[in-house]
Amino acid sequence: MQTENIIRRSFFLVALTSIIFLAGILVTLVVNALPALREIGLGLFTTTHWYPTAEPPEFGVIPLIAASLWITAGALLFSVPLGILFSLFLSEVLPEKIKAFLKPTVELLANIPSVVYGFFGMVFLAPLVMRLFHLPVGLNGLTASIVLGIMALPTITSVCEDSLNAVPRTYREASLALGATKWETMIHVTLPAAASGVSAAVVLGLGRAIGETMTVLMVAGGAAVIPRSLLQPMRPITANIAAEMGEAAVGGLHYQSLFALALFLLIITLFINQISDTIVEKSRQRFKVQ
Amino acid sequence: MKRNRFLIQKFWFAILGLSGLVIAIILFALIFFVTVRGFRVINWEFLTAAPKDGMTAGGIFPAIVGTFYLTLLAIAAALPVGVITAIYLNEYADRTNCLVRLSRKAVNALAGIPSVVFGLFGLALFVNFLHFGVSILSGGLTLAIMILPVIIRSSEEALSAVPFSFREASLALGASKWYTIRRAVLPTALPGIFTGAILGIGRVAGETAPIMFTAATFFTGRLPSSIRDEVMALPYHIYGLMTEGTHPEQQAPIAYGTALVLLILVLGIDLIAILWRYRSRKTKKW
Repeated sequence: MQTENIIRRSFFLVALTSIIFLAGILVTLVVNALPALREIGLGLFTTTHWYPTAEPPEFGVIPLIAASLWITAGALLFSVPLGILFSLFLSEVLPEKIKAFLKPTVELLANIPSVVYGFFGMVFLAPLVMRLFHLPVGLNGLTASIVLGIMALPTITSVCEDSLNAVPRTYREASLALGATKWETMIHVTLPAAASGVSAAVVLGLGRAIGETMTVLMVAGGAAVIPRSLLQPMRPITANIAAEMGEAAVGGLHYQSLFALALFLLIITLFINQISDTIVEKSRQRFKVQ
Repeated sequence: MKRNRFLIQKFWFAILGLSGLVIAIILFALIFFVTVRGFRVINWEFLTAAPKDGMTAGGIFPAIVGTFYLTLLAIAAALPVGVITAIYLNEYADRTNCLVRLSRKAVNALAGIPSVVFGLFGLALFVNFLHFGVSILSGGLTLAIMILPVIIRSSEEALSAVPFSFREASLALGASKWYTIRRAVLPTALPGIFTGAILGIGRVAGETAPIMFTAATFFTGRLPSSIRDEVMALPYHIYGLMTEGTHPEQQAPIAYGTALVLLILVLGIDLIAILWRYRSRKTKKW
């Protein structure tokens, strides 16, 4: 009985590790960001120039946030419709056997390292975009959006397909029995019934796209100005942190402002993930009751 | 009217098929492009020699070694913690306990944190605060924290797939709880736990942002001799070849080769995990 208790207690302590790490990450970011927040104050989030190495330095993150928004919106604009269509195709049209093979393949796409996607964007997509739109350089918001969209596809497709799959068979049968075609059933019955799961998929894709670092670092172009169109070079939050952390002096204002930026990013992604978790939980309960 | 409706259906099914085609083409283009261009530069020397002539020739051996060490350390650190956490959450935890609920929430939250944030955390804590420096140690630990939620989730899934009757049978024979877990639950869940760990390895090997400031260097002439050395790593090497250095034209082919090696490594590891899962599911008799 003695060992039993020791094991239970020590396992409990180990189980707290993830809480400690999460708290540790939050505290570390806050501690390192606080001096910058105090010194620059709200100016960090209200001014529009990011020149951290100029004299005097300027720390305004609006161009970076704007770039993140542009690129993420661009990515979702094509990956959401494509992902939903493909998940409908997987779950409602294709025979079970082909689906059993295709779904893991799509999920495999999610495991390709982001640096490989970034590399692919640089050597393949960027020249293509450059020629297509007659631009001087191919590294811009559009190219980054396309690559990010491709990366978000597996997440969106997989979660979408899961939620379509969770819709009870009887829903479809009832609709078909009333004389609806397969397509009408899909679009008027199955998809609306799975709506919450589908929106969770979109939110998850959003979280993935906004936090992605290597791809945008390599492909987005890197200009820290407020973008007016998707075809301009941009510098999203994640790329900015990754690009400048190496050269920022430890403990300096630049270093601290990058931590402030990371803290901002962390809060946003935690918030986004919380939303998708809540939606998933709700939709799960919905079909459990019926 | 009826004909019309089926025509509409045909039209939309074609669109759905088209979406599948588009995705297939993207996937094919990516893999084909990297494979064809990368295949030309990969040979024995490429895999076993160090870079030379200012990154324009030679191989990527130090990067392979670096990635191996980083991955090994990350898995060695994350696996025990992850599995024990999963055992506690699945076998012992009182689901109404607020610390337990908090722990679950923390696992979910950790899983969604952007990789660059982990990198900053590792930089602030391991590199600067604990003075581990830019080293395998700092990078490996940073990666370990990052894959902890992956391992916890997959282990929990494996544990909860063990039928409840297994536990009851063992307990009914008078075995203690820990003995039951050790001899009845864990052996049954082991294939699932390992698949999760292997998938975690695949993910760690390809991560760049967490090791950028904690472990990786673009070029070092020697192999690491201790855990406190900085290392080259495959994913960071690709990034470095594309953005640093003085001979972009000569560096690009090496980047293709490195990308192919990394792709084969990661997808190969994933494939092993998938096949293993498939096999262990097939042999299940309950």
